[in-house]
Amino acid sequence: MENTVVEMSMQKALNRGLDELLTEDPRSMIFGEDVGGLGGVFRITDGLQAKHGSTRVYDTPLAESGILGMSIGLAMAGWHPIPEVQFDGFAYPAINQIVCQLGRMNYRSRGTLPMPVTLRVPSFGGIRAPEMHTESLESLFAHVPGLKVVSPSTPHQAYHLLKKSVLMPDPVMFMEPKSRYWQKGEVDTENPGDLEGSVIAREGRHLTLIAWGAMVARCLQVAELAEEDGISIEVLDLRWLKPIDAAGLAASVSKTKRAVVVHEGPRTAGLGAEVAQLVSESCFGVLKAPVERVTGFDVPYPSGDLEDEYIPNIDRILFGIQRVLEYRRG
Amino acid sequence: MTDAPRLEPHADELGTDELLKLYSLMVRTRQLDVAAIAWQRQGILPGYAPELGQEAAQVGSAYALDFARDFAFPTYREMGVALAAGVDMVEYMSTHKASWHGGLWNPAETHVAPIQAVVAGSVLHAVGWAHGQTVDGTGNVALTYFGDGASSQGDVHEAMNFASVYKAPVVFFTQNNGWAISVPTERQVAGGSVAARGAGYAIPSIQVDGNDVVAVVRAVRAAVEHGRAGNGPAMVEAMTYRRGPHSTSDDPGRYRSLDDERRDGGEDPLNRLEATLREAGALDDATVADISEQAGEFVEQVRLGVDALDARPGTEMFDFVFQEPTEALAAQAANWREESEHV
Repeated sequence: MENTVVEMSMQKALNRGLDELLTEDPRSMIFGEDVGGLGGVFRITDGLQAKHGSTRVYDTPLAESGILGMSIGLAMAGWHPIPEVQFDGFAYPAINQIVCQLGRMNYRSRGTLPMPVTLRVPSFGGIRAPEMHTESLESLFAHVPGLKVVSPSTPHQAYHLLKKSVLMPDPVMFMEPKSRYWQKGEVDTENPGDLEGSVIAREGRHLTLIAWGAMVARCLQVAELAEEDGISIEVLDLRWLKPIDAAGLAASVSKTKRAVVVHEGPRTAGLGAEVAQLVSESCFGVLKAPVERVTGFDVPYPSGDLEDEYIPNIDRILFGIQRVLEYRRG
Repeated sequence: MTDAPRLEPHADELGTDELLKLYSLMVRTRQLDVAAIAWQRQGILPGYAPELGQEAAQVGSAYALDFARDFAFPTYREMGVALAAGVDMVEYMSTHKASWHGGLWNPAETHVAPIQAVVAGSVLHAVGWAHGQTVDGTGNVALTYFGDGASSQGDVHEAMNFASVYKAPVVFFTQNNGWAISVPTERQVAGGSVAARGAGYAIPSIQVDGNDVVAVVRAVRAAVEHGRAGNGPAMVEAMTYRRGPHSTSDDPGRYRSLDDERRDGGEDPLNRLEATLREAGALDDATVADISEQAGEFVEQVRLGVDALDARPGTEMFDFVFQEPTEALAAQAANWREESEHV
């Protein structure tokens, strides 16, 4: 049997996935700022214009509302647009088109104008970037009716989830953890595994760490450290941030009876609150402690010098675990 | 900087049969518009955005399109466009009946996009659709509607720039009706006119008398031909006048007087076309009465249809959010059914 497992970075996995999509789906089309000849500032589209031509892969003027609005019209014309906003914070100028148009066109048109648009959003922090280059938009996106939201944590997931998203008939906000672009991992190109819902990244018995995107790798580090102290941590990679895999959360936390949710975005009305509520609904009877949140703060994302204080770091996640383990009722 | 390119009107004159067809469409539009205001007063419609005075601009621009291949992107005040495009007017009026925001007609089949509540919201959609036509090599053209108020939105400028960069076959059709609710054009539009902005994007543009249906048709035909030939976008600014209120909730008396309206409204576009046709000997009292009577019957049929529109089943709230519904949404729908329908 042919070995289909290849070691590659997430950047390469996304690039290869897009390359194959362009070949396999003649209605797919990639556009955005600098995605053509340059191959994108993160090189996710590197070489694709040269191979597939400038009608399938092309640069846009520097205007995100234009990029998203055009995506909607292209979808109406039967295309499968794969637009890119160059950085997470650049989605804000397009928010009207995302919220009022992309999320609603299928609804407004009573299902006659489907929106098979996959918006690629290099997301989250950790790269010492300028302001508005390190935002976590998942709770904004997840709150918008009509959008689906996913964030891969590994090259394997990035490759397969991207291909799945583009072929879905609904709009998908595809949040790529930019701090993980250059980390290598094994990609099994022929065996995607189950791409629905969440996935257990590491099995454990005492507590479930719930995370997505770049925080999954950090939680795996935390789990290893905790193991040295005899604490067995399960790491649940949520992957789909809308719809959220409530059954997967219930299955894991029913077993461990304790949960900590970790995310980079600000705490108030962050997705961690939604996760904690879903866990409460399914596991209230068995929970040994309230679901703990380890998150970014309710502050604008700080400059690079301070971002390690802002993003949940190993110490803060360990403190969160400790609070849950030491919790006593009454 | 190069001189502003000017779009020249289409050379072909309109034949009498075409003018009569336009007249008939405009009469229907006028009668339905007037009726819709009455229906709002009678409680049949919760609200309505009248197009009174814009019949020539709306019917003329739609008439210049081929709806078998082209695509129109209306706002919320394009009843005359939908009528001329052949949209079922009960399905159109359903948006004002509060049945369904976008309207009940099928935009994919009729090539008239759903009602757009966001000012300038769909202008970029027209550019994307048109760019798709370029790549597919169809020669089909998109026409996007927006007003003098919407011309202030950034999306219009992004759309004009994108369209010009990609040479997308889009007709930017502005109905400058003098008022954005209570704000007059002179406090809305800098640079002299909306059409003047075309120069900044190298888009051939023309400003026409929007109450002259022939001028509108010839300008839009030229713009459509420009796009079909692969020459990219063109712009038509139709100067007209919003003779009615912004909506049935509006009170124009707070910002303009009846004298203002009489002075600025100009000659009624419908009367102008009727006079032209009478002068040409193509219209007499009997024909006018006949067309008016037919329009009245048409409006009565629409009234019966609108009045008979029941509220959509509540399940539709959930049915059209996604093509592939999520389990969470299905659970909400099931819960709603249990608690509201006791099933």
